[in-house]
Amino acid sequence: MASAPPPARGRSRRLSDRGLAVAFISPAMLLLLAMSVFPLLWALYLSFTDYSATRGGPANFIGFGNYTAILTSAQVHTRALTTLIYVVGAVGLQTVLGFGIAYLISRRTHGRGVLTTLFLVPMMLSPVVVGLFWRFMLDAQFGVINSMLGSVGLGQVEWLTRQRTALLSLVVVDTWQWTPFIMLIALAGLTAVPKYLYEAASIDRASEWFRFRTITLPLVWPLLLIAVMFRAIEAFRLFDLVYILTNGGPGVSTETLSFHIYKVAFLGFNTGTASAYGILMVLVVIVLTQLYLRYLNKLKEG
Amino acid sequence: MAVSVDEAVSAGPARDHTPPARRFRGRGRSALEVALLTVLAVVMLFPVLWMIETSIKENRDVYAIPAKFFDFDVTLDHFKDVFVAPDGGRSALSVSFLNSVVVAGVSTVLATVLGVPAAWAYSRFAVKAKKDQLFFILSTRFMPPVVVVIPIFLMYRQAGLIDSKLGLILIYAAFNVPFTIWMMKGFVDEVPAEYEDAAMLDGYTRLQAFWRYTLPLLVPGIAATAVFALIFSWNEFVFATFLTSSDSVRTAPPAIAGLIGGTTTDWGLVAAASMVFALPVLVFAYLVRKHLIAGVTLGAVRR
Repeated sequence: MASAPPPARGRSRRLSDRGLAVAFISPAMLLLLAMSVFPLLWALYLSFTDYSATRGGPANFIGFGNYTAILTSAQVHTRALTTLIYVVGAVGLQTVLGFGIAYLISRRTHGRGVLTTLFLVPMMLSPVVVGLFWRFMLDAQFGVINSMLGSVGLGQVEWLTRQRTALLSLVVVDTWQWTPFIMLIALAGLTAVPKYLYEAASIDRASEWFRFRTITLPLVWPLLLIAVMFRAIEAFRLFDLVYILTNGGPGVSTETLSFHIYKVAFLGFNTGTASAYGILMVLVVIVLTQLYLRYLNKLKEG
Repeated sequence: MAVSVDEAVSAGPARDHTPPARRFRGRGRSALEVALLTVLAVVMLFPVLWMIETSIKENRDVYAIPAKFFDFDVTLDHFKDVFVAPDGGRSALSVSFLNSVVVAGVSTVLATVLGVPAAWAYSRFAVKAKKDQLFFILSTRFMPPVVVVIPIFLMYRQAGLIDSKLGLILIYAAFNVPFTIWMMKGFVDEVPAEYEDAAMLDGYTRLQAFWRYTLPLLVPGIAATAVFALIFSWNEFVFATFLTSSDSVRTAPPAIAGLIGGTTTDWGLVAAASMVFALPVLVFAYLVRKHLIAGVTLGAVRR
């Protein structure tokens, strides 16, 4: 590569190494501190005040007032329940579907590359585009879904304007977009299973189901659980899809915690309360992920 | 190395050691599996196909009841409307597309320029509390965007960055730096440190060794990482909505979302705009398909 004569030896290597590490890491760290940590600390401060971004004026310190108000609010409890239903429903559905598709693909010898690529398309699309797609397709009057239901003799469903079906629609759309994610990771796990294990099993005349249960599943399980964690975190913080698809409605039936924070902050202008709300959500993510990771590590060791 | 799709779709588990008696049943099962896969593929791809179809339909066919699947008049008017305003000038949508190109492009360059050297430093040097630092970096990506946007909004209002492309560029760069560091660290780990040691024995400084020997080997990894950062910035909606308001600054996602609302929605236009918007992402995603798993999991899942 380089043909130029080597330059003279520089100063002490260790000193320049440390300088280099600091010089290379600190710009990135500074950006992170300015754009992530500082805002979070500011939110933490605001969460103890009654500050409102529109009212302006001084922020009065009110201690844990915001926190107790949120934790005891019946509204927040219903939002938490909605979020829970949505997260469990969507992530559960996409895990089953994604793993199923991956399993089917892994058993094919031809056309796997094409199939995988096709299945990945929904995941690459922006939530805005996905939300709009589905809003159009689920339209009660001229939506194609109702049109198809009608042509097979089933009645019309007001997907996005009925409380129960709206939440169901949200779960379906999220599943449509993110099943490929689980599929991708499950497929990676499935194809990484060493072949000799299957060969050994078939010498023993082990049944297909036995092979699946004792070889495939245990080896893919840990990877699948990591995929589920990623999806659960993403689903928990979901905002854009709700905003586009249902705007939280009808009523508050699809209002997730993230969407509720938005309403408190930008429609109710209770910046302090919204900040406390946000801090609580971050805490929930951190605590749950830590517990989950601890469980995963135990699983790997055991 | 990160698991690649090509790798993931190479030879599968050995089969066909079954005795002939069971092979027939196996074939019937195989046909069933193919059928099932086909149905699933059609269901997964139908919304995309429907959107493509809608974008080239005449308006009266878009709103036809029952929906028309094949027998419709083809038009490219909707695509024209995406770029050209009714009065003949440039449409607001096309301006927003241009904004998206600028914001996504510059923020990606910034994240790469900051992230790649940091990743190299984390990979090569004994940095104090390295694991904690790396975990902290990753954890900044787990915050709900709606939560972060509140203090960012206030901060930007103070700094005069509200409704500016620079504001979006900074926040996107900050969100892409953790990803860049995590993914690039994997790539750097694969380049043997001995190359640099050898170069240093020849009298190069560490920096020169990095620049002349390691960096050229990292180019494919940098390209893949940058594409993921680009896709993220391109698709981002929450910050784009809350931190911008004027047409001249707004990026494409909020602009496209702005097409709905009011009493009627021009779904043909929405479909065409969505198509134009999604096309670059699909092309880019195809280019980095080998690194998809590392990319979508912030590089946290690797093998």
